[in-house]
Amino acid sequence: MMINSTDVVAVLPFISVALGSVGLLIADLLIPAERRHVTAWLAAALLLTAAVIALSLLGSPTFEAFGGMVISDPTAFFLDTLICTIGLVTILLTLRYNQVRGILRGEFYILLALSISGMTLVTHANNLLILLLGIELLSIPLYVLCGIARPRLESEESALKYFLTGAFASGFLVYGIALTYGASGTLSLQTAPAAPNVSGDPLLLIGIGLILVGLGFKVAAVPFHLWAPDTYEGAPTTVTAFMATATKVAGFAALLRVLHGGLPGMESTWQPLVAIIAAATMIVGNLAALAQQNLKRMLAYSSIAHAGYALVGVAAHDTTSVVFYLTGYAFTTLAAFAVITAIGSSEGEEMQFLEAYSGLGRQKPLLGAVLAIAMFSLIGIPPTVGFIGKYFVFQAAVAKGLVWLAVLGVLTSAMAAYYYLRVVMVAFIREGSAAAPLPTPSAPRNLAAAISVAAVFVLGVVPALLLSMIGNGMLSTTP
Amino acid sequence: MPTPNVINGIPLWWYLLVASGLFAIGLYGVLARKNAIAMLMGVELMLNSVNLNLLAFWRYLNPTSAAGMAFAAFVFVVAAAEAAVGLALIISVYRTLHSIDPEKLDQLKL
Repeated sequence: MMINSTDVVAVLPFISVALGSVGLLIADLLIPAERRHVTAWLAAALLLTAAVIALSLLGSPTFEAFGGMVISDPTAFFLDTLICTIGLVTILLTLRYNQVRGILRGEFYILLALSISGMTLVTHANNLLILLLGIELLSIPLYVLCGIARPRLESEESALKYFLTGAFASGFLVYGIALTYGASGTLSLQTAPAAPNVSGDPLLLIGIGLILVGLGFKVAAVPFHLWAPDTYEGAPTTVTAFMATATKVAGFAALLRVLHGGLPGMESTWQPLVAIIAAATMIVGNLAALAQQNLKRMLAYSSIAHAGYALVGVAAHDTTSVVFYLTGYAFTTLAAFAVITAIGSSEGEEMQFLEAYSGLGRQKPLLGAVLAIAMFSLIGIPPTVGFIGKYFVFQAAVAKGLVWLAVLGVLTSAMAAYYYLRVVMVAFIREGSAAAPLPTPSAPRNLAAAISVAAVFVLGVVPALLLSMIGNGMLSTTP
Repeated sequence: MPTPNVINGIPLWWYLLVASGLFAIGLYGVLARKNAIAMLMGVELMLNSVNLNLLAFWRYLNPTSAAGMAFAAFVFVVAAAEAAVGLALIISVYRTLHSIDPEKLDQLKL
């Protein structure tokens, strides 16, 4: 098979990030140890380039490439843009954080870029083989990133736990892929279950169930979420921010590719299953978050709960609402983590507990405001993007007759207001303790926070801007 | 395309049975063992059972297309990459903690 230029264009964001990170690996050897921030800026430039490339390809029509192995549609390019932007914001947050915490390793940025290359492959997967490769390429660098604050034991613990559950989940994923292959005789997502006589095949049903289990681990959906709190708490905070946002987006991209892009006519089979997982995820995530005193751990449970809301959109078979929800959630969470890295990097030890934030709103009004805006958007209060995102997924659920799921979503959101508002209350109403350290100033971090907050408001006020970009490409094969 | 159910006197489901048995043993290993290396071995067993499945399906159902065989080769690569990173993480934890029991890692509990 000859490779032509349209094939390359189809996965241009992936190719540029993958080749760029290999180049970066070599460049990092030539950069002296005391100038590690050069690697960071090179990685940031790489991700910015990839984001611009993906953005410029948004308008191209849907087409398959490399013999049907990958597919290119507006949704895929939009997700590429989103993931590269999240990576860029993560690097901006990391610059000062790593300096203060003594993580002076250039590999940090290379592993981050490699993980992003895996994510940009997942978004284009049109074949179960590409899906598996993308998921492994995004996971394996992340295992190392979690443990990069070695020899801090909590970082190593986080990495080992993430690795063991991640590898375990891969086992389920590939077993499910093997059974699906056995039932349909092909690995392609477009033709696999479309063959008329196989849709009731128990082998196919078990296969799809196991694929769901494997991907459920990746997006931390209940009951496959138990690794997430420990991993999120122990990993360096900027890695946690990246995992809670980009990895979640990529995991959902995989789910959308398999369920919305690849199983036409089987909606009635997977919908009840996904709806039940969504309900359990919303309930368990929010209930567990209520009890948390550690802000990082609370955001871990919050990310589980928000995976539940996105799953509502998946169950309702509405790709656009899921992608919109994830975009809003990603920028909101990045804003929250920008505040945690600011407070956290003021000393060697991180200030993760809620008491450390008391009086923040008075001593540092801007940081306090960013934190409050993030919490309001996580609750879903207008005019933030959190409100519009929830509105879209619940509306999609009602349109598909899943009214009980939408009602449950609204109820759990009301419950979530308690623990999010508690953070705002501590930051603004409680007297500040004298011991509360002031954060070290960092221009890149301020830029990252400004980008996130601007996105929260702009997307909350003019959602049409984003909706036109996402398009409906991923649904192209379904009637 | 004709799909033989029996090749050399062995039906397809025998392979599937052995593979599911291997998968279950691997699953048990991951869940029951308290040694990170033994858990990693369990994962490898799960991945190998998948390879058995893939090759059996390929040979019995669709031998003209190389997809199943190629997928098995990719699973090797994934398993090797995971093992390399996993063993490095385990060594790193052992240097700090002098133990590879994941349950002894309990810094992160509320």
